[in-house]
Amino acid sequence: MSRLRSDYSGSGWDKFFRWLHGEYDPFEGELEMKRPEEYAAPPPLDLSKFDLDAAQSKGDDPDHSRQIRRFRRLYKLFSCILCVSISIILLITVANLPHFGDPDAPANNEVPQRYIESGLQETGAVNIVTGMILDYRAFDTFGESTVLFCAACCVLILLRIDDGAKAKAEERDQIYEPQGDVILEQAARILFPMIMLFGVYIVLNGHLSPGGGFSGGAIMGAGLILYLNAFGFQKTQRFFTEKTFRYISLGALLFYCCAKSYSFFTGANQLPSGIPLGTPGAILSSGLIFYLNICVGLVVACTMYAFFVMFRKGGF
Amino acid sequence: MPFVCNFPFFSIVLSMFSGIVSSVLSGKTAKKLSIALLCVNLSLSASVLAYAFGTGESYVYRMGHFPAPWGNEIRAGVLEGVLATFFCTIMLLALAGGLQHIQQEIEETKQNLYFIMVDLLLASLLALIYTNDLFTAYVFVEINTIAACGMIMIRHTGRSYVAAARYMVMSLLGSGLFLISLSTLYGLTGQLLMSPAKEAVAALRAGNLYMEPLTVTVALMTVGLAIKSGLYPFHSWMPETYGYSTASSSAILSSLVSKGYIILLVKIYYRVLGRETIMQGKISNLLFIFGLAGMIMGSLSAIRESDLRRMIAYSSVAQIGYIYMGFGLGTEAGVIASLFHILSHAASKGLLFISATGLSDVSDGGRHFRDLRGAGYRDPVAAAGFTVGAMSMVGLPMFAGFISKLLFATAAVQDPTKMLPTLVCLAVSTVLNTVYFLRTVLTIFTPVNGDGKEKARGLTKGFAFKLSVLCFIVLNVVLGLFSDPIVAALEQGLHMFS
Repeated sequence: MSRLRSDYSGSGWDKFFRWLHGEYDPFEGELEMKRPEEYAAPPPLDLSKFDLDAAQSKGDDPDHSRQIRRFRRLYKLFSCILCVSISIILLITVANLPHFGDPDAPANNEVPQRYIESGLQETGAVNIVTGMILDYRAFDTFGESTVLFCAACCVLILLRIDDGAKAKAEERDQIYEPQGDVILEQAARILFPMIMLFGVYIVLNGHLSPGGGFSGGAIMGAGLILYLNAFGFQKTQRFFTEKTFRYISLGALLFYCCAKSYSFFTGANQLPSGIPLGTPGAILSSGLIFYLNICVGLVVACTMYAFFVMFRKGGF
Repeated sequence: MPFVCNFPFFSIVLSMFSGIVSSVLSGKTAKKLSIALLCVNLSLSASVLAYAFGTGESYVYRMGHFPAPWGNEIRAGVLEGVLATFFCTIMLLALAGGLQHIQQEIEETKQNLYFIMVDLLLASLLALIYTNDLFTAYVFVEINTIAACGMIMIRHTGRSYVAAARYMVMSLLGSGLFLISLSTLYGLTGQLLMSPAKEAVAALRAGNLYMEPLTVTVALMTVGLAIKSGLYPFHSWMPETYGYSTASSSAILSSLVSKGYIILLVKIYYRVLGRETIMQGKISNLLFIFGLAGMIMGSLSAIRESDLRRMIAYSSVAQIGYIYMGFGLGTEAGVIASLFHILSHAASKGLLFISATGLSDVSDGGRHFRDLRGAGYRDPVAAAGFTVGAMSMVGLPMFAGFISKLLFATAAVQDPTKMLPTLVCLAVSTVLNTVYFLRTVLTIFTPVNGDGKEKARGLTKGFAFKLSVLCFIVLNVVLGLFSDPIVAALEQGLHMFS
């Protein structure tokens, strides 16, 4: 049993209860206490001492940072040196190349000789260049058409709008591309049929006269773009949608692929191809070249038009 | 001509055909078509390889009715067969490993466009392997570049746009230089097919004619293709391109696309310019120096990196350096070591990229080291894949990377002047590789809770991913354990290559 105490006030228990009720503070008088100082406004900045240049030179602001400025200056200097030296090297190279048109130049060998002398009999194309690119070296040209196809697909990846932003793009297009320009419409009404006819003529006569699928297709594509700019999407949608684009390029490239695969296969296995070359100079002559030119022309025209509409509003 | 001779031509045309047809298919059908195409191409290339082994010499396949200097042609032998088979395998595995990401990261309406790019990329890689015509090579280099850009930017994030733009600028610069060199070469020789062009170049050298333009041509060709494949001073596009595109794209770009250009360069050296002149000239010394610099600088940048994908991308800079260093040695053993390293790097880098995405998927998609702590317990398959890839990169025995380092060292010993720098750089680069790969492996196997039992956070991976990682691991081990027949095949292929 603990001892009974009479002086309850002043005991530890009492102090605790009083501390609990907030009447007693054990630190009062024991601990040195200081009132917090009144908040004083910071002394005014002495801007005369502040070194703006030093502070800015440490940042990455190209207008002020000395390091970045120095880097840029050096960068320009070295770019100039590099460009000048590469230009000099290339100019010296070109000066040392065989002269253009020199009959003794190495490029005038048996290769162009056969193209020129027997190109007509072997390919049936009066235009030797067409015979060269669509028959002698048709694999390269197939590759080139595939480059166009690949580039068109990349533009679709980058610019085609498939989600909710479609309506917005439509709206924006109607604001920024005003329609109803009378001069443009009247001019297009006259020019469009002529441009298209000219393009078709160049494509169809690719094996007879200068021209061919690539150039004719570019003209037709330009004609389509002119038509779109004059009359707007409502009119072009009637005959050219994304589906049209897809199926025309699909059909043209597939025909090219199959036709040329057949001729590569027969050629490599030394089988007769069985395709008549026709009379040179007639429109339906030169075997497959006539049809291949049409395919290339369609691919080029569609690709050009697709590029334009993708850059304009991200959809057909 | 036996029917199997048609197979290289079939595989190129089939790839282009499927690319064209995919433009009207849905994303899912296009995916199935791509995978079927890869399987078919794999078997076609394997039959070409078997046929070339059987006959023991390479054959020329005429593309059309006109013979060599007038029409196009392709050529196939053992080396082409090995490379085509291997490339189809890697591409199939990389595509399978990243299928989930393709579905997740690419808009559904644009998925068929992705598979068009895959098909065309395969067509162009096969054409670069098989072609015997300089201009065909250029056309397919173009397809390769454009398709690669499409595969990078299809993810539609800000970073991937920037990466695609950088890639395109650098790559087009390389293509431009390559095209200039092709035109001067045509002006000097009048030939575009490789075999007649080689005779013409030899005649020019014998007569000591047009030596300055010829030197410039060689330099432009080398620099152009070196920029496109990412040799050290031209590597700045690599970390972003490989770091921010979708997983399959990174794996395909790093393991195959840059190698396609290197193979084209070897082909031009061997079949057009003549191996002896290149190897004895100054060009091989330049390649040697830049290769060594790339080996060291790439690894140093990788050590500084704290983003997993970018770190692996910087490691690619070092590995491309190895390959060019092998060409720079100037001996046949060096070229064979480089060719083997093309295979082993493709196998381990594809594995690393695929399993790295697996690791970030179970860590809420984080790619930073602090997010990846303990990821090895959350996805054991990806962690096993990453560890195997890292060990192969470092060069531990039993894995592919060891054999290529051994071959490099053996090749270096044959050249007294280049031996010391090669061995020193190999050693330093191996240590640097170990530093950053060991750090990564330790990070992913450091448990967060202490008991090593953790739940995956985020995407769970499917069967295709696991199968792809497993096949990649097997491929690495096979390259590491049974390298003798492969090296012998490369040697035989290189003899019939020129």
